[in-house]
Amino acid sequence: MIENRPWLTFFSHAVLILGVVIVAFPLYVTFVASTLTLDEIISVPMPLLPGSHMLENYAQVLTAGSEAGAAAPVGRMMLNSLIMALAIAVGKIAISIIASFAIVYFRFPLRNFFFWMIFVTLMLPVEVRIIPTFKVVSDLGMIDTYVGLTLPLIASATATFLFRQFFLTVPDELAEAARIDGAGPLRFFWDVLLPLSKTSMAALFVIQFIYGWNQYLWPLLITTQESMYTAVIGIKRMITSGDALTEWHLVMATAMLAMLPPVAVVILMQRWFVRGLVETEK
Amino acid sequence: MEKRVVFRSAWLPYALLAPQIAITIIFFFWPAGQAVWYSFQLQDAFGLKTQFVGLDNFRALFADPRYLASFKITALFSALVAGAGIVIALLLATMVDRVAKGALAYKTLLIWPYAVAPAVAGVLWAFLFAPSIGLVTYVLKKNGIDWNWVLQGDQAMLLVVIASTWKQISYNFLFFLAGLQSIPRSLIEAAAIDGAGPGRRFWTIVFPLLSPTTFFLMVVNIVYAFFDTFGVIDATTQGGPAGATNILVYKAYYDGVKAADLGGSSAQSAILMLIVITLTVVQFRFVERKVQY
Repeated sequence: MIENRPWLTFFSHAVLILGVVIVAFPLYVTFVASTLTLDEIISVPMPLLPGSHMLENYAQVLTAGSEAGAAAPVGRMMLNSLIMALAIAVGKIAISIIASFAIVYFRFPLRNFFFWMIFVTLMLPVEVRIIPTFKVVSDLGMIDTYVGLTLPLIASATATFLFRQFFLTVPDELAEAARIDGAGPLRFFWDVLLPLSKTSMAALFVIQFIYGWNQYLWPLLITTQESMYTAVIGIKRMITSGDALTEWHLVMATAMLAMLPPVAVVILMQRWFVRGLVETEK
Repeated sequence: MEKRVVFRSAWLPYALLAPQIAITIIFFFWPAGQAVWYSFQLQDAFGLKTQFVGLDNFRALFADPRYLASFKITALFSALVAGAGIVIALLLATMVDRVAKGALAYKTLLIWPYAVAPAVAGVLWAFLFAPSIGLVTYVLKKNGIDWNWVLQGDQAMLLVVIASTWKQISYNFLFFLAGLQSIPRSLIEAAAIDGAGPGRRFWTIVFPLLSPTTFFLMVVNIVYAFFDTFGVIDATTQGGPAGATNILVYKAYYDGVKAADLGGSSAQSAILMLIVITLTVVQFRFVERKVQY
């Protein structure tokens, strides 16, 4: 505290509280709507306090789904989302960490060429090469499979960069000592480098889990059966045209369920999340 | 920066790189190459014959008023999302940096929207603003504002801007907070002793020192508005009404997937790739020269 200005402190708190309230408002309304019946929601204005149908609504979406839109149970969709998010997060970390190990700890022909090849992928989000990528995946027979959902998304330049940056800060003495003691590269990787990388891995895991869970365009194209929908796709499919036909109480319950895992990960693993976010981007 | 100590092996580094390189080639380079290749071709209505047409697809695009309109809409949309997101996040980060009590609580309450999927963010806001049942719509109508984003283009744009900005504020906020916390307190204290008030300290010391962060966030936010907001658009306006929110990436998707115009959509993809590559190069050239403080 540099100087005491009570009115400014008051103003700061006022701005922050207003900010927090505005940011949280959609979430609150979503929660309230997920505890009401459809009739209560469409009677304008809808109540601002939670109703009594919470358990009922959540039980219905988890086990049966919405009848107006996609009929698949959301429980199944959550499972699909979880598999997708975990496969992408773990897969990305695994292939990136060995790739950066090769790039940092070996000298070999074409090293820079491979490095640039990975680097360039930073510039090509899925959205700009949708149709050709879709064609490749369908030619490989991966439509409606978990492999098709995850494999095309696990090559990641950001993760490779993060590990590369981290490996470059690991003291050379460690590798030297390992070599003198007669440890080969794989032994060094497994016994020295991997334990040192735990924090970086945790940070990346949070970021990539959220990335995987929140994927939209890719699962939209690659899944045709309701049993393969992810939770985010499921919500979209439940909304029919016209406000009145949509079963909003069920859509909102599904939205709450779809937000719960990634938000919980961010809040519970806040320290790693902040680290991962700020470090992967720099 | 290079390592002094390295291992030697004729095959191991290639084996370690193999999974990543294989996936990169199959799912990045091959499709991206195909997108460029298709963009020079014309396919007949049944997809049976293709013909090499050179730059015709690109010429047709730039002669198409809807495509040019989509460019303008994307420019407006990304300027609004990046501008609003940066200003609001900077305000909140400055306030959190200022308060002594409750900073951690505020931080936690402000960062969670990062975890919400863009499509879900779109659904949440579309529900609040729904023409017949929305809560905000109700308040607006009480105040004599005729709100119906399903019919009115500028309101639809406002809706997607709000939803996209809301989701992005937490990201910008964290970067600004990290930037603010790395500014040496002694600088601020010196200015305070010299009699500079909080406003003056912000504009003459804090804001210039934050400029690398601001610039970085501008690029990231523009890329976000160009591509990641696909979910917001698809879950709410779907480019409508009458193309009022038809941003470039949505148009490329729609023309390719829904309208099955392979050549035209690929040409759009090729142009989008060019835009991303330019933005990435700008960002990296800048990061290399970035002043450390």
